[in-house]
Amino acid sequence: MKRLILLLMLLAAPVWALDPSEMLSDPTLEKRARALDFEIRCVKCQSEAIASSNADWAKDARRAVREMIGAGSSDAEVKAFFVQRYGEVVLMEPNASGANLLLWLAGPAMLIAGLGIGGFYIRRRNAAVSDTELSADEEAQLAEILKK
Amino acid sequence: MRPHDGPVLIGLMGAVHYHRRMIVELGHFALILAAFVACVQMTMPLIGAHYRWAGWMAMARPAAVAQVLLVSFSFGALTYAFVTSDFSLRLVVLNSHTLKPMLYKVSGVWGNHEGSLLLWVLILALFGGAAAVFGQNLPATLRARVLAVQASVSVAFYAFILVTSNPFMRLANPPMNGEDLNPLLQDPGLAFHPPFLYLGYVGLSMAFSFAVAALIEGRVDAAWARWVRPWTLAAWVFLTIGIALGSWWAYYELGWGGFWFWDPVENASFMPWLLAAALLHSAIVVEKREALKSWTILLAILAFGFSLIGTFIVRSGVLTSVHAFANDPERGLLILIILAVFVGGALTLFAARAGTMEARNVFALASRESALVANNILLAVSCFVVFFGTLWPLVAEMLFDRQLSVGPPFFDAAFTPFMVALAAIMPIGALLPWKRARIGRAAQPLAGVLALSIAAGALTMSIASDTPILAPLGAVLGTWVVGGAIVDLFGRTGRGPIGARLARLTRLPGADWGKTLAHCGLGITTFGIAALLAWQVEDIRVAQIGESYDVAGYTVALNDVRNLEGPNYVSTMAFIEVSKDERFVANLTPEKRVYPVAGMPTTEAAIQNGVFRDLYLVIGDPQANGGWAIRTYIKPFANWIWAGCIIMALGGTVSLFDRRMRIAAGVKTGAARGVPAE
Repeated sequence: MKRLILLLMLLAAPVWALDPSEMLSDPTLEKRARALDFEIRCVKCQSEAIASSNADWAKDARRAVREMIGAGSSDAEVKAFFVQRYGEVVLMEPNASGANLLLWLAGPAMLIAGLGIGGFYIRRRNAAVSDTELSADEEAQLAEILKK
Repeated sequence: MRPHDGPVLIGLMGAVHYHRRMIVELGHFALILAAFVACVQMTMPLIGAHYRWAGWMAMARPAAVAQVLLVSFSFGALTYAFVTSDFSLRLVVLNSHTLKPMLYKVSGVWGNHEGSLLLWVLILALFGGAAAVFGQNLPATLRARVLAVQASVSVAFYAFILVTSNPFMRLANPPMNGEDLNPLLQDPGLAFHPPFLYLGYVGLSMAFSFAVAALIEGRVDAAWARWVRPWTLAAWVFLTIGIALGSWWAYYELGWGGFWFWDPVENASFMPWLLAAALLHSAIVVEKREALKSWTILLAILAFGFSLIGTFIVRSGVLTSVHAFANDPERGLLILIILAVFVGGALTLFAARAGTMEARNVFALASRESALVANNILLAVSCFVVFFGTLWPLVAEMLFDRQLSVGPPFFDAAFTPFMVALAAIMPIGALLPWKRARIGRAAQPLAGVLALSIAAGALTMSIASDTPILAPLGAVLGTWVVGGAIVDLFGRTGRGPIGARLARLTRLPGADWGKTLAHCGLGITTFGIAALLAWQVEDIRVAQIGESYDVAGYTVALNDVRNLEGPNYVSTMAFIEVSKDERFVANLTPEKRVYPVAGMPTTEAAIQNGVFRDLYLVIGDPQANGGWAIRTYIKPFANWIWAGCIIMALGGTVSLFDRRMRIAAGVKTGAARGVPAE
């Protein structure tokens, strides 16, 4: 009896995401749908795309993606559909719009700032060193001494 | 047995039970005692260093050693409670079970919030103790201050544990059995993932302590850089291993072969790694050229700061993630306070004192120093990108009322360019002479490597017309970095006939070999990641028992599916034979398991590892038509990712055993390793 219960548990436990029965028969369309799976977040999960989630919500979302792709929707239309319903939290990659520009530009801006400060620091110190380098007179004197 | 033996026996059992309980109570007591010892270690040596009182300064050493002994005993007592399944402890009930294999009873000690913090303070004490024992030839005031700062970090965490997260809490009514450990975590790869990460996080506390002590001292010189480098290097090696273990675990355990998810908790471990790598390189400049001093101090503070941020992210659950097994605002707030006090305090001290640390030497825009500055900028900015991306959902929600997610597509796009730039400049920078260089001349030996890299890229591109750009890019960068590292090493053998130079290779210092290995490792990992992402093949389908199908040249035959029983789980196992061109390749048995106690299903992928590709099979659910869902992945060059990490860690270790570094760590030249000097 115990064994039977365990086996039933096993059967009742769906272990992984995308099931073959969900997939589109056209491989090019399925490939597009699969790529979208990684860009849409499972809102019932924690930082996980619908591609790898086992949640029912993710299953439904994958089915919706495939229905729309099958009906001829573009990738952007599929994403827009999800954003309209669940907000932009559903996108794994934040839109580069409005305040999000800060996010996208933060790295490049820091790089430019870093290179600028670094370059400035080195050049300034460099200028300081050329001050302490020998003048033409001193060079001549040195040459004189070395000749002796 | 006579009738009146009963009470004696009960009394005896009571004594045994009492004895067991005592060990746990003593462990609790030892932890409290350690906190007091740390308080003494935090104050007396600091005051002593200020007034030059030798006796007070000397307190630091015995206190540091006493802390190690006390916390080790405390940790041992908790481990004992787990091993003997003492269910009067709340923590053991929540995280263990009598049926669990011994290894996971032990790893259960740190597989939870309270225990992992105890591990944290244990490692903190171990590093302090090591500094006390091996730091004999440090100047007395610096040693006293370093150990005092180290103890102050300990005090904060002892307080945190004892106030909010006491692992020694008892239950009034102990249950008969425990509630098990998450079966996903019952895995050798994961059992050792947290200890290594913690060794890395906490190892950076030494760099922090050295930085703050130097700020108090008002002195940073080449000797300081030499002392701080081995600790940073050790921390970096541990972080490398810890991150690689976690990634490898995710690869084979999560059931679809992902190896990096840009999850907040992964990022939390990656940020200190990036900064530790930057710190290693900038400390070289301080050591060799006495420049970049204040920047190096700042990096040391920030590197440990990011370790604390990592702890905050993991322990507070502020950024929801699969890793957050503690979701408690009180704990989060306390860690935030610890973070604010230590990083804030150190940065204030830095602002006050950094100006006094003038560089002694100057360098030209084209020089090894500048190349290392570029390395530091790229590493620091990439760390900043990860930090910004990780916190952005929080910031956007608080400031702009926008709920959004920042997932892998963002990090892939925003982070990768920095790594590409880093790999591109690395071989050239490594060859530049100090102070002033002519890039064209210095980079001349790389001409061959450049040609080879371009050839590798072209070859990769010609394999298939639809190869994503990532693959040739990875091939070019990988060849460039590895080739550059080898040319660099060979260049150090000087001039003369090849034979003599090869003979000289073996006599090169450990640091040279370490650098070469670490750089090679990075090149190999880079190539592995690019190749895997570009070429992996995924196939999902329904297969009937007895049916076979083709995936990317391999023939996969599902021979049977059976139900089996494991020690603490039941399993559905598929028996699959893979062949290629009629030739047998492997028998693979992917499983799905259910752990009844935890009621949790897991997938156990079957993987056949190869040098050039992994075969990765997963079994899914039974289908209505009697077939089984099967996933087949071909993962090219997957192992190169972790092989590169191991080589990187090996490089760090080899470098750590360089004679010069041992002197720096305080071990006498020529004496047996581990013997304190003077």
